[in-house]
Amino acid sequence: MKKLMLGNEAIARGAYEAGVHVVSSYPGTPSTEITEFISKYDEIYSEWAPNEKVAVETAIGAATGGGRALSAMKHVGLNVAADPLFTVSYIGVNGGLVLVVADDPGMHSSQNEQDSRNYAIAAKVPMLEPADSAECKEFTKKAFEISEQFDTPVILRVTTRVAHSQSMVELEDRKEVPVKDYTKNIAKNVMIPANARPKHVMVEERTKALTEYNSASDLNKMEINDTKIGIIAAGISYQYAKEACPDASILKIGMINPMPEKLIREFAEKVDKIYVVEQLDPVIENYCRSIGIDVIGKEIFTLIGEYSTELLKEKILGEKPAEPMKASEPIPVRPAVMCPGCSHRGVFYVLSKLKLNVTGDIGCYSLGCAKPLESIDTIVCMGGSITAAHGMEKARGKDFARKTVAVLGDSTFVHSGITGLIDVVYNKGTTTTIILDNSITGMTGHQQNPATGFTIKNEPTRQVDLEMLAHAVGVDRVVIADPFDVDNFEKVVKEEIAAEEPSVIIAQRPCALIKKAGYTGRYVINDKCKNCKMCMKLGCPAISLTENGPKIDETLYVGCGLCPNVCKFGAIERA
Amino acid sequence: MFVNSAQLSALNPCRKDCDIMNIMIVGVGGQGTLLASRIIGAAAINLGGDVKLSEVHGMSQRGGSVVTYVRYGEKIASPIIGEGEADVILAFEQLEAYRYISYLKKGGKYIVNTQKTNPMPVITGAAKYPEDILGKMEKMGISVTSCDALALAKEAGNIKSVNVVLIGVMAKHTNISKEEWEEAIKQTVPEKFLEVNLKAFRLGYDA
Ligand SMILES: Cc1ncc(C[n+]2csc(CCOP(=O)(O)OP(=O)(O)O)c2C)c(N)n1
Repeated sequence: MKKLMLGNEAIARGAYEAGVHVVSSYPGTPSTEITEFISKYDEIYSEWAPNEKVAVETAIGAATGGGRALSAMKHVGLNVAADPLFTVSYIGVNGGLVLVVADDPGMHSSQNEQDSRNYAIAAKVPMLEPADSAECKEFTKKAFEISEQFDTPVILRVTTRVAHSQSMVELEDRKEVPVKDYTKNIAKNVMIPANARPKHVMVEERTKALTEYNSASDLNKMEINDTKIGIIAAGISYQYAKEACPDASILKIGMINPMPEKLIREFAEKVDKIYVVEQLDPVIENYCRSIGIDVIGKEIFTLIGEYSTELLKEKILGEKPAEPMKASEPIPVRPAVMCPGCSHRGVFYVLSKLKLNVTGDIGCYSLGCAKPLESIDTIVCMGGSITAAHGMEKARGKDFARKTVAVLGDSTFVHSGITGLIDVVYNKGTTTTIILDNSITGMTGHQQNPATGFTIKNEPTRQVDLEMLAHAVGVDRVVIADPFDVDNFEKVVKEEIAAEEPSVIIAQRPCALIKKAGYTGRYVINDKCKNCKMCMKLGCPAISLTENGPKIDETLYVGCGLCPNVCKFGAIERA
Repeated sequence: MFVNSAQLSALNPCRKDCDIMNIMIVGVGGQGTLLASRIIGAAAINLGGDVKLSEVHGMSQRGGSVVTYVRYGEKIASPIIGEGEADVILAFEQLEAYRYISYLKKGGKYIVNTQKTNPMPVITGAAKYPEDILGKMEKMGISVTSCDALALAKEAGNIKSVNVVLIGVMAKHTNISKEEWEEAIKQTVPEKFLEVNLKAFRLGYDA
């Protein structure tokens, strides 16, 4: 049967067909749906882990135990999981182990544009890169074969346009693979220096063997047409190349580490010149040059952002597109915003009013940096908020800490915020931390997490008690407050920043998009409105200023009840 | 059966020879553009050719400007549609329609929902929502079919069915039959919303 599938769904299908036993992941765009789709297969045990390092380690454990295991993450997630990756490369596997990493050229939903292919090279593990959904499924299965055949973890790399595009996939049945025997093997599985040294030798041998394997592998495709132009490409770049230059000869690389040396040499013999078409870093290009093959690459293409068919037509064929139609006036941008009813809005309203320094973190609440609230001062990476505030205090002193708060979400706190909080307590900091507990992992599309009390399959489970956790690491001042009760919330924030000791405010209110919020009905603005525009300060997309003052949009309201709490004239009432 | 040139020319009279259909769906995150693209995808598969869809997930779904692409034809490589390449643009909101005019192919067709949603710069007063967008587009020689999809969605019984109303408006400009579109909706929409959506489709179709 053929089905139109997202690349991510096809990877999930590949895992299913490959007989995978265990999947542990942490969400992150554009990788999240892989694990969400996998969770629908009852044959596979799946879970959301607290972070990527935990997820990959769990997958390593499963593979060491003889099962086939997979972990999926976004590119920055691999940074978090890099530590186990570099060493499991030495250990190898028992059951197959595949890590899926989703890069985001163009930064549709990311804080940087790193090229994860560099990790495969640095950690010396094979990496496959599919170019459409059919290959997503096939390459996932192939990755498990390679993993077991060469005793290595394998990385499957996708990019946003492959992960989030749909194309046709031929479905096959699941092939059950028995869990392999487990026997204690200290020399293989215990990486102390004495064991790791011989292992490194084996890793280099493995790379040589994989290089040979790759040149003969059907993962790559050589398409010889007109030999005046040769193109080497992988992943989505292959599709752009195919679209832009249908007559050119193309070497499509499916396994991008280690590179198929013989095949590249063979291709170079056949064509007059070679363009390397690859988004982000010159990985294939540098490799070709390192083996003495002359190619054209980043000197004409860019290191930045996504490529397109038009870009390749222009750079390779010299074809300029016709001047497109353009509006003769500026078109206002439409950036992402906190949703109507967003639980975070009350928090940032207060922080903005108090003009505090706010070290931020990654989640829906990152949008607290946007106009009109413009509350957040810094964002680096997940978990980086508490530590940023702590570092600022250590550089600038306690008075600065009296005007500073760290904000981060429930999922982010569990991911890597907790260690920062421990740092504050241990090293006598006085940071005030606000945990934005909206009972869900919002930004990535509403996944459960250890603080929500539900598993990936929505089964009830033991819930991390954030209040008790904060107490347990040594924070005496822990307050739970509703951020929509803005007057009280303001009072709480003032008290906690004034305290010369670490404190945690748990701002508790569910995300407006989940059932638990339970908002019904709507509010309207009545004629008591003095047009003071207080409600406009909330930056709620559902309230717009009209000639007759603020108005609540009938298609966008959710009935959350925040705006009546900031109106001094009682002009916002239930309809 | 693969989409034939008669079907294509009905949709896109200026390009009788083409064999690939490029449809862009633009709107505001949260308006249900994904479902619309999936319905078009399902209808396109039923034609028997190749289909690719590209979606946006993540950050911009939070009220940002969103674009999805559907391409179908004998063989599709890239899932993305470039400037000047869209045969049809289905716009869920006027400003978003205006934003993407550079993507329309010469002689292509715009289907526009007359709904307006202010973006944050307009809400904060930093920018003005352009006036008479549809008039300006027509003056540029763009073929625009507009419709108050929100009113029709309300009539159908759920304001969330704006997306399927717009599919209905687009449907009658294609030679994919009404029944085939309804089949695609049945394949895509969850059972419990089917009735509302079929009603929404018919209202759009007859608009
Ligand atoms: C290391 C890393 N992993 C994953 C992500 C993707 N990501 C961005 S925000 C987020 C979760 C935010 O959830 P939460 O902290 O609960 O805040 P919410 O979005 O619900 O407000 C994730 C997983 C990331 N940016 N970095």
